[in-house]
Amino acid sequence: MHSLIRYVIVLAAVPVLTTAVHAQKSPPADRNVQARAVMKASFQAKGQAGMDRLDQDKTQALCSLHAPGAPPAAAAAKVVAANQASVKFPADGKFLGDWKRGQAIAEEGTGEQYSDDPKKPSGGNCYACHELDKQQIAYGTIGPSLYHYGKIRGQSEPLLKLTWSMIYDMKGYSVCTAMPRFGSKGILTEQQIRDVMALLFDPDSPVNK
Amino acid sequence: MKLKNGKLGPWLILAAGAACSLAGSLVWAQSETAADPVAEYRAMFGDDNPAELWTARGQGLWQEVRGTKHVSLAKSCDLGMGPGVIKGAYAHLPRYFADTAKVQDLDSRLLTCMVDGQGMDQAAILKNRFGDGDRKSDLEALAAYVVDASHGVAISLPLAHPQEKRAYELGKAIFFYRASTHDFSCASCHGQVGKRIRLQQLPDLATAGPDARATYAAWPAYRVSQGEVRTMEWRIGDCFRQQRLPELKYGSEAAIDLTMFLAKNAEGGKMAAPGLKR
Repeated sequence: MHSLIRYVIVLAAVPVLTTAVHAQKSPPADRNVQARAVMKASFQAKGQAGMDRLDQDKTQALCSLHAPGAPPAAAAAKVVAANQASVKFPADGKFLGDWKRGQAIAEEGTGEQYSDDPKKPSGGNCYACHELDKQQIAYGTIGPSLYHYGKIRGQSEPLLKLTWSMIYDMKGYSVCTAMPRFGSKGILTEQQIRDVMALLFDPDSPVNK
Repeated sequence: MKLKNGKLGPWLILAAGAACSLAGSLVWAQSETAADPVAEYRAMFGDDNPAELWTARGQGLWQEVRGTKHVSLAKSCDLGMGPGVIKGAYAHLPRYFADTAKVQDLDSRLLTCMVDGQGMDQAAILKNRFGDGDRKSDLEALAAYVVDASHGVAISLPLAHPQEKRAYELGKAIFFYRASTHDFSCASCHGQVGKRIRLQQLPDLATAGPDARATYAAWPAYRVSQGEVRTMEWRIGDCFRQQRLPELKYGSEAAIDLTMFLAKNAEGGKMAAPGLKR
């Protein structure tokens, strides 16, 4: 190749290279960052819902970034581990409360919305997504049926712990599941989780009838 | 659920009736029978939709000379098809408007027309943006009138302007944006086909398809549980409330961007609004 031509080609490539290096230094904001900026300018605090609710934690950011696809396995594993580590088991070792109270919690859909009374305990709204028993036919189908949950599985300690962990933080099992992290996010209290546990496990509960 | 002036009466009776018949037929195909209460309710109305009252009022407002600039919307308001033209306009919104240098949906564009075009008081309009019985919303009436003029028109958004493309991409990011106490995004409820919450069918709005088309084409709609005609911005705002987010500001960019994403996914659908919703 003629040396002058080669020189011209090299020169022409220089700005491209510079641009590439520059782009590496300041990558474009990912779509979460862009969405958050727009949302921060488009919302206003109301009731108990402050503007900080628009900020994402790592789990939320990871799942949003790749949706509707799944996040990369390595990144997902890290977040799953962190969520699992956040699970707190009941200090007194009692996993089961009152299934009747649990059923009321499973029926209750309010809590944490700006239209809700922050002094009132939040509901679990389990029926919104799960079939639980044969009496309540107004159940949703986003989650699997939990009918006969305890009857099928029994009440071994590993199973009680597993189920507690799933209610407490389902993202410790399935990182981008639709199910809220009822314990980790403080939606339900320890006693409320006990009561929901009883709804699933108590032989007298309609779930196991 | 909010009971207003007994307007929910027939709905409740139907829902109860449907629940009873459901119990009887629980053995088979519960997810199919669950869809029926709303369909039955619609059938009860036949061709009648209370939204007609809003449409009629909106027509009056559209033609009325108002504001400090003494002009009607029929003379001055450009919804993208030229001043005063409403036929088919909604089917091509949101779109970029050169005069405001922004992408706008119907809600925000009507506001621009009333405030900048007619010289009306923005605060007064926004105070009544969502009607409540005797406190009527001009925006909701105008929206019903405008959207009615797109009946049967195919939704089409070419995204020819770079700002329109940008709005779509941001709308998509907002749709999948998980946050707050429950980790919900729009996709938590509207990302799959054939699911329901309680007995309510959930349309899949994440992808272009029949759900996205039928849903978008029906808004603005007379919302039975509200006893009012509501616009897409109201609907989106109510979803965000249930996502445990703060309050969506009316005419804000997030509302417009998300509407753009939903509208684009509904492309090809024929407008059938004002619709009738539970």
